[in-house]
Amino acid sequence: MVTFAIFFPIIGAIVIASLPKEQESQAKYVAAITAAIVFAAVVYLFIAYDRDKSGYQFVTSKTWLDSGVSDFKLHYAVGVDGLSLPLFALNSFLTLVAILISFKVELRPKEYFAWLLILETALMGVFGSLDFVLFFLFWEVELIPMYFLISIWGSGNRVYSAWKYVLYTFFGSAFMIVGILTLGFTAGTFDIRELGQIGDIHGAIIPAWLIFGLISIAFLIKLPVVPFHTWLPDAHTDAPTAVSVILAGVLLKMGGYGILRLSFNIMPNVASDVDVYLAILAAVSIIYGAIMTLLQRDLKRLIAYSSVSHMGYVLLGASSIGVIGLTGAATQLVTHGLITGMLFVLVGMVYDRAHTRDIGELKGLATRMPFITVMMMVAGLASLGLPALAGFVAEVTIFLGTFDQHQIPTLFGVIGVAFAAGYILWTIQRVFWGEPDPKWAELTDATQWWERGPLIALTVAIIAIGVYPAWVMDLIRDGVTPIAQRLG
Amino acid sequence: MIKEGFVWAIMFAPLTSFAIITLVSFLGLTRAKDGRDPAWNVRYSGYVTILAIAIAFGLSIWAFQGVADKDGARIGFEAHHWLTIGSLDINLGITLDGLTGVMLVVVTGVSLLVQIYSQEYMRDDEGYNRYFAYMSLFTASMLGLVLASSVLQIFVFWELVGLCSYLLIGFWFQKDSARKAATKAFMVTRIGDLGFMAALLIIFTQAGTLEISGIHEAAIAGTIGSTWLTLFALGLFAGASGKSAQFPLHVWLPDAMEGPTPVSALIHAATMVAAGVYLVARFFPVFAESETALVWVAAVGSITAIIAALLGIVATDIKRVMAYSTISQLGYMMMGLGVGGLVSAIFHLFTHAFFKSLLFLGSGSVNHATGTFDMRRMGGLRKYMPVTWATMLVASLALVGMFPFSGFWSKDEILADAWDTRWWVFVTAMVGVYLTAVYVGRMLILTFEGEYRGGLEMEGGDHAGDAHAGGHHGDPHESPPLMTIPLFILAVMAIVGGAFQVNHWLGDIIHGWLPEESEKLATESDFKLWIAALSVSVGMAGLITSYLIYQVRIVNPQKIRAFLEPLPEILDHRYYLDYLYQDVIVKMVIIGGAGWVLAAWDKYVIDGVVNGAGRITAWTSEHAKFAQDGQAQVYASVMFFGAIAAVVGILIVSGT
Repeated sequence: MVTFAIFFPIIGAIVIASLPKEQESQAKYVAAITAAIVFAAVVYLFIAYDRDKSGYQFVTSKTWLDSGVSDFKLHYAVGVDGLSLPLFALNSFLTLVAILISFKVELRPKEYFAWLLILETALMGVFGSLDFVLFFLFWEVELIPMYFLISIWGSGNRVYSAWKYVLYTFFGSAFMIVGILTLGFTAGTFDIRELGQIGDIHGAIIPAWLIFGLISIAFLIKLPVVPFHTWLPDAHTDAPTAVSVILAGVLLKMGGYGILRLSFNIMPNVASDVDVYLAILAAVSIIYGAIMTLLQRDLKRLIAYSSVSHMGYVLLGASSIGVIGLTGAATQLVTHGLITGMLFVLVGMVYDRAHTRDIGELKGLATRMPFITVMMMVAGLASLGLPALAGFVAEVTIFLGTFDQHQIPTLFGVIGVAFAAGYILWTIQRVFWGEPDPKWAELTDATQWWERGPLIALTVAIIAIGVYPAWVMDLIRDGVTPIAQRLG
Repeated sequence: MIKEGFVWAIMFAPLTSFAIITLVSFLGLTRAKDGRDPAWNVRYSGYVTILAIAIAFGLSIWAFQGVADKDGARIGFEAHHWLTIGSLDINLGITLDGLTGVMLVVVTGVSLLVQIYSQEYMRDDEGYNRYFAYMSLFTASMLGLVLASSVLQIFVFWELVGLCSYLLIGFWFQKDSARKAATKAFMVTRIGDLGFMAALLIIFTQAGTLEISGIHEAAIAGTIGSTWLTLFALGLFAGASGKSAQFPLHVWLPDAMEGPTPVSALIHAATMVAAGVYLVARFFPVFAESETALVWVAAVGSITAIIAALLGIVATDIKRVMAYSTISQLGYMMMGLGVGGLVSAIFHLFTHAFFKSLLFLGSGSVNHATGTFDMRRMGGLRKYMPVTWATMLVASLALVGMFPFSGFWSKDEILADAWDTRWWVFVTAMVGVYLTAVYVGRMLILTFEGEYRGGLEMEGGDHAGDAHAGGHHGDPHESPPLMTIPLFILAVMAIVGGAFQVNHWLGDIIHGWLPEESEKLATESDFKLWIAALSVSVGMAGLITSYLIYQVRIVNPQKIRAFLEPLPEILDHRYYLDYLYQDVIVKMVIIGGAGWVLAAWDKYVIDGVVNGAGRITAWTSEHAKFAQDGQAQVYASVMFFGAIAAVVGILIVSGT
């Protein structure tokens, strides 16, 4: 089932690619159906996952490359546990959302939807891999659709942004592959399950902390953490809406997932040595990102910078090296994905209608688009950590878990929440509230089912997690518990 | 004895009403389509809300009855599991004791009257349904706040009442002043909430629990270090200062008057702003263990009471006078808590809720007639609006603390408690009584005495959105019964509210839940005739002062102004606090200073390095001639780098 969820989008992409030119407008339906099937499969996994026994389930493991030299083998091994399953769900859900809100894309639709589906496969693969080399393959494959999606269907300085994104990521990957190879050859395996058992690396040619650093830097760039964050605002701003949704909603999560699953899980001793540096890095990201957000005039850039700040909370929670903080961090991956995904969907809708994202120009839109405004309030309030919405449970868990370990960085995290209120509320106040501007008298509200449906679904998810988080967080907790135990 | 389900129903009744109104609006059932009548009458939302809150009120009385029978001791209910992660155990439960009981009755009682009044007041507003949805949600959240059994649960509802306050201040979101006021209210209270959140973290790490009863036990048993305990208390108090508009976080409340007037009556006078006082009272066993924290509470309360009362004397907008008065009275409650007077503070909260919401609803009634809140355009309304005048007079006398009105009894208890513990609180409280009497007298005279000065046309602010301004010609007239009946009921409470404290009946219920150890630390002074006589005399003096200045005009107010310079100038600028917060801290320090530096750092240093690296890559690829196509070229160049990295990596590894 996991294999199906990973590779089924490819089949959809092939079908789309083989559509005749005159039927290219059908591509979106094929894509939507494919994504819906994948989502259904993941929902099945979510329900069928046996919560009484934690650990990896639905595992498929096969050797696909046996070098014959020493014991160097590569495995095709996939499976899910409490940490990866919610991210699986997030990815399949947001991909479906992204495809639906792209229904009006008319520029080369076949390629567009095919690339989106390939992207889904890559991301599923990252979260589902149980082999480090396989993980790396998917990690790299993700770059190809992203590059084309941004540079062809993007806006503004899109080629520069796409290029910057790829370069940044590749910079990290270069280090990661060195780390992976060193680790794998030293331990004699690339299997993440086995690597998770060794606890400490002995006899490597480079010190363990260096391996940790080499692997983690790729994740820190992806997360992103200051000072590796400048790719993010550019890529987000210039990417088409749907890609921004996936980028903020899922791609950044690869970084947080990698830190927990690989850096922490495999090298717990190093992690507990460097936790204080991670906490400081997190605090810097949170405050830095928040202040930068306050300065932005472009709606998309604003949300992009807010992501820098919010992803800092993931690192903050991780730095607690305790089960509460780790659960909070992993939950933040999911909640931020939903909330920021929704924010990008909405900003995209505003941009499609007004053809500007400048906060100074937009005014009084609430009168013209009541539905979008209400949705914006929900997403915005969730983003600023309002209780009963998803963002709050993740953040408060992170704070409660981390305060004991790192008091000052946690307090900076708390201050970051006040900044979040500032930029969100100022944005709502300026863009949506106020006297309706005659300039925007022609704008229409979201009326199509493929516009309203995703927004309502996102709202339901955000409220469901916010009001009763246990249905997701119990799963995540059981997923991170073994990691937390290894950390001490 | 009341069952747990019924206690939950107190909160869920208005929550259901909110859900119904939201759903109906979402489905568009009240919109007329294709010329046909809408499926639902537009007015339904008001009725649903009133029904729900009436149910909540009935159940609250029942719950109050239950705790009164037990002399205010806590009625225990099992908490429900919500989330468990490691040592973090979060439960949802109910606290039902004397303090909660009093709060429940106040919240549902005032809310019920305000909703009835709103039926008429909001009749022609476009956002009629939205209004009642927000009001329902607010009432539910406020009830959730007072019923909560863990500090995290309080925090959740604490934020939700803040949300409702935000939404209702910004109810007329097209208005510039309203949208700014809404954001400001949310932001300022959130600054205070940083302290609340820090307190939550401190108590979880120090006491290992978030349950209120567990925290009380830990505080009394002394298992928490005294520094941490004080920090916890001060953090809570920071949160309380934001919500209850204590100096220096009081700046949002006057602006919050941009919301509809019934909202001001319910949220920004009677209930939500009292949540801070409730919070401190709820954690009284903790505060009682920390002298430092109590002194802070007393000092901040004293400062607030005085500075706000001074502002009340110069304000020309009748609602702003009320807002400053509310801030000042909340300061009194904090003073009461700061001198250990749990009972006196909550008793004052109780009486204040009725007379202050009455004053606000009265202002709304005046606005209904004149179309303005500017007292300079009122005058002489006594003969046009006898009911409004009479009820507001009663409320004013209660506010000043005249015998035998309710405010007299509660204020007197605070004064007596202060006399027995901290003399400086007593002195400031007395000064406050005088100032209160001055601004109340001024308000009454400007509004109801002299000649009618025409109403409408507020300079600066446009209150056309608020109710029925415009279309009023000729003489103002009394408001319809739907508005005056709530005024009348509240007036009765303002007169007899003090009677509940006969034989210390209410007080015993209010403090009945305190653990024995904390009860010893609470102050409950006996009635002292000389204090009562003094405070009434001081109040009279204040009223006479305002009478001489504003009615008899024995001296020109302008001359007094000139004589007191620069004080009036400072007051006109509200102590320059808005300027300090908005222009200096936000614009200059955060955005202009830190923001500018970080932006420059991002642009020149970080991106400088990145673009430099990029240029080298581009150069390499150009010379490597990997491809002709621009896009593929970039990608290929990256591949090239990756391949090199991989090879280098393998070389390093195989070097062993």
